Amino acid sequence: MTNILLVLLQIILIPAVSPLFIGLTRKVKAKLQNRRGAPITQPYRDLWKLLHKDEVVSHDASWVFLAAPYLIFASTIFIGAIIPLFSTTLPTIFTSDFLVVIYLLAFGTFFLALAGIDTGGAFGGFGSSREMLVASLTEGGLVLSILTLALISHTTNLTGIIHNMTSMPLINFAPVILAFASFTISLLAETCRYPFDNPSTHLELTMIHEAMILEYSGKRLALIEWASANKYLIFIALGVNMFFPWGITGSGNASQILVTLLLFMVKAGLFCLGIAALESSIAKLRIFKLPKLLFTSFALSVAAIILII
Amino acid sequence: MNYFYSILLLFTIGALGSLFLGKKDQAANLWGNLFAIAGSVAGLIFSIQTLLSGTTPILTVPSAFPLLSFTFKFDQLSTYFMLIICTIATLASIYALGYVKHYYKKYNIGVLGFFYNIFIASMILVATSHNALFFLIVWELMSLASYFLVIYENREHNNIKAGSLYFMMTHVGTAFIVLAFLLMYSVTGSFEFEAIKTGIVHAPSQITNLILLFALFGFGTKAGIIPLHIWLPSAHPAAPTHVSALMSGVMIKTGIYMLIRFSLFFLPAVPLWWGLLILILGAVSSLLGVLYALAEHDIKKLLAYHSIENIGIILLGLGSAFVFVSAHLYSLAAIGLIAALYHTLNHATFKALLFMGAGSVISETHTRNIEEYGGLIKHMPQTALFFLIGSMAISALPPFNGFFSEWMTFQSLFQGVLRFDVLTKLTFILSAGALAFTGGLAAACFVKAFGATFLARPRNQEVAHTKEPGVPLRAGMAGLAALTIVLGFFSGTVTGFLNKVAASLINLSGTETMIHAQTQSVNIANNFAFISMPQIFIGLVAALTVVAGITYLLTRTQKVSRNITWDCGSDLSPRMEITATGFSRSFITVFQKVLKPLKETEVEYDDERMKYFPKSNAIHLELQDIYMPYIYQPLRKLVLDTAGQMKKIQVGYTNAYILYILIALIGILFVLAL
Repeated sequence: MTNILLVLLQIILIPAVSPLFIGLTRKVKAKLQNRRGAPITQPYRDLWKLLHKDEVVSHDASWVFLAAPYLIFASTIFIGAIIPLFSTTLPTIFTSDFLVVIYLLAFGTFFLALAGIDTGGAFGGFGSSREMLVASLTEGGLVLSILTLALISHTTNLTGIIHNMTSMPLINFAPVILAFASFTISLLAETCRYPFDNPSTHLELTMIHEAMILEYSGKRLALIEWASANKYLIFIALGVNMFFPWGITGSGNASQILVTLLLFMVKAGLFCLGIAALESSIAKLRIFKLPKLLFTSFALSVAAIILII
Repeated sequence: MNYFYSILLLFTIGALGSLFLGKKDQAANLWGNLFAIAGSVAGLIFSIQTLLSGTTPILTVPSAFPLLSFTFKFDQLSTYFMLIICTIATLASIYALGYVKHYYKKYNIGVLGFFYNIFIASMILVATSHNALFFLIVWELMSLASYFLVIYENREHNNIKAGSLYFMMTHVGTAFIVLAFLLMYSVTGSFEFEAIKTGIVHAPSQITNLILLFALFGFGTKAGIIPLHIWLPSAHPAAPTHVSALMSGVMIKTGIYMLIRFSLFFLPAVPLWWGLLILILGAVSSLLGVLYALAEHDIKKLLAYHSIENIGIILLGLGSAFVFVSAHLYSLAAIGLIAALYHTLNHATFKALLFMGAGSVISETHTRNIEEYGGLIKHMPQTALFFLIGSMAISALPPFNGFFSEWMTFQSLFQGVLRFDVLTKLTFILSAGALAFTGGLAAACFVKAFGATFLARPRNQEVAHTKEPGVPLRAGMAGLAALTIVLGFFSGTVTGFLNKVAASLINLSGTETMIHAQTQSVNIANNFAFISMPQIFIGLVAALTVVAGITYLLTRTQKVSRNITWDCGSDLSPRMEITATGFSRSFITVFQKVLKPLKETEVEYDDERMKYFPKSNAIHLELQDIYMPYIYQPLRKLVLDTAGQMKKIQVGYTNAYILYILIALIGILFVLAL
């Protein structure tokens, strides 16, 4: 019985708290810019409001545009259910291979980019082109950074990686720092953060993610926004649980789960603070400078793998 | 065994009958393609039966002359490739029933049916023949049949050019294959595959290395490995679509088949450098293939470049298998080999599907230029859905089949990273990186291809008159789309089945099993990695259902209205939406060191002296070809120069030639006397 409850908790955790972390990041950024900022719960209110609005869809849009938000949101729910969040003993029915997670994320990106083209607007297509450029060049660094951990822990399964990383002596973490740097670059690229994209921009010249979703409104916009919040939290969860895994393993009884769950929230919150601070301290890069950064991420991971063998 | 002959007989009747029916379009089309379907289905049943029974039927055709007696052998590898050929040929022929209609009254349908049937039959013979001489004959038959199919639309000058290039390249390749077999004959004294296998064990390593290199040149040309690929992007698009589907999906795989046959069957003690070379070629082909595809705006050429990319992915699996074999890690080699074999099957299905989708679009719009499409999803919704499934599969997106075989390829590369010394390991790491980038770039390329073709507004008036293609075309595509999903869902079952094929080539006895495959899940290297494709599929569908259900319940009172796309106050025109050129321009800029883009601008002015008011502006974008000027033209010059030197002894007098013969004769006598 508790097991079923825990699995349910695992499934709803990501969508339930992801807006909170978006709100937190925005709040911290506002504070760093000497603004008061909206309350942390503002993203929930935005979603609620959007879900109650009527919708306008372009004449040119096909079913791809109409179905994409559901497909993207569903894929993030599915990923949220298969990655370890607060326990490694959970009887997750899914196979949480890291390649499955990365390619499922690509699944979402693929449909988002198609939806951007579908309405035939002047912005959407260019957003899609830029998004696919960044996403495809991120892939190498992302795969190899997690591969570093997979090689250390002798499994490509995320549950296994996290489980084995906890028992690693601290001295072994030197190459992991390189992999973590590489992963962080991939995180910024995949979740549309500085220096890749400005999550709050609506300026034609600079937007990537926002350009693709310009034509969405109402419930579909809510789903897309929520899905990108989910994606953000998924990356944060992967980051904190893989690279700072301590405290996640437990016997799996209820009281212990409560502790690991709290610990996860605190770790993810701290990671959010870090990202917000990092974002506030750097400027957005020109689009043709981005590939260099992404290749750096790839090179860092290669170096990390060379170091561990 | 007579059963196999009756399969060949079906194709022969199909070929001759349709040639005989000639210009009676309808009859020739039905006759040729129905017999092709019958032959392929019979071949399909035969190969499935043979694979499941686990037997290895041998068929020997004796003759008074030892050189003319030949053998067919249906071992696991041959039968597996026969299965792929027959599966795709069945669906391609169904598609052809409808597709060929648009050649009526323009070209001779009988000739098409003739070469088409011969082409399929020769591919089956190539995969099953077990005698080098007979193999060379049917290999040549396959090349010639496909050559005539490439130049079938002979009123277009470009097709003839593409055909000539293909003709030359394939024969240069064949020359190397002949050399490889002659070298083996000189060592073993036999053309029979079995005799070669047993006889070549004692051959010195220089000879076997040379054989491998010749095989690589010969079969690599057919497979389209970069830099031997130059014929492929022009030849595949030139052929009729159902033939393109077969060429890209199946014919180039015969090159892969023979590389496996040479490396694991004839010379199972492959050296390390061979595996590494294949890995590097695979990484280069996959990355460059997808980059060229991104820059391409001819939809069939784009797909042809993706074939090069996927051959690269197959080579990554094969290369890692060879490296493991050279290190005697046979159970790990099985992972790489299964990955390669699985991707061969998967690529055949989704590439044939994509070609058919492209063919349907072309037959409606009468152009291959992707820039003149747009908005086709509203006129051809089913074709769009099939093309989307193919696009997702080739971009390795779960839950389709392409994802599983790429996952498996990744796993075999990861196993390589875990072992070996630093340099070998580095090759494996960079190969894994290349595969990761390839996956991302392929997704980008298919966002471009699908987006520019089917989404947004039409960029050409022709699009308004398009409609869904006929039933046979849709049936062919539907079959392949279903196969794409099934091969993804039941990947565990297929892997278990391929494990047997791998075990027939690699000696797995006495080693720890590294692959445990069930329908439910596939487990690699004792829990190093495991995956369950059915759970991913069901999980995604369940998540989608729940999300759609809840959203509907929450928002069913809200209205959805239709209006125009945000246009910044101006009138929207098709010129405002992104084009394929615009989409891929940033990729070309990022990779300009490799792709070497060229840009020419032409401006005409009303008044040449003032240069203020341009009358017309033209811009010409293309990629600089680096293979022709740096590899092929120096080679061509070398050949011509050598020929020029040879010409000097060619004086044109009969007396002189008799003198040459005399000198040669005396020379030989001297050599023999020594």
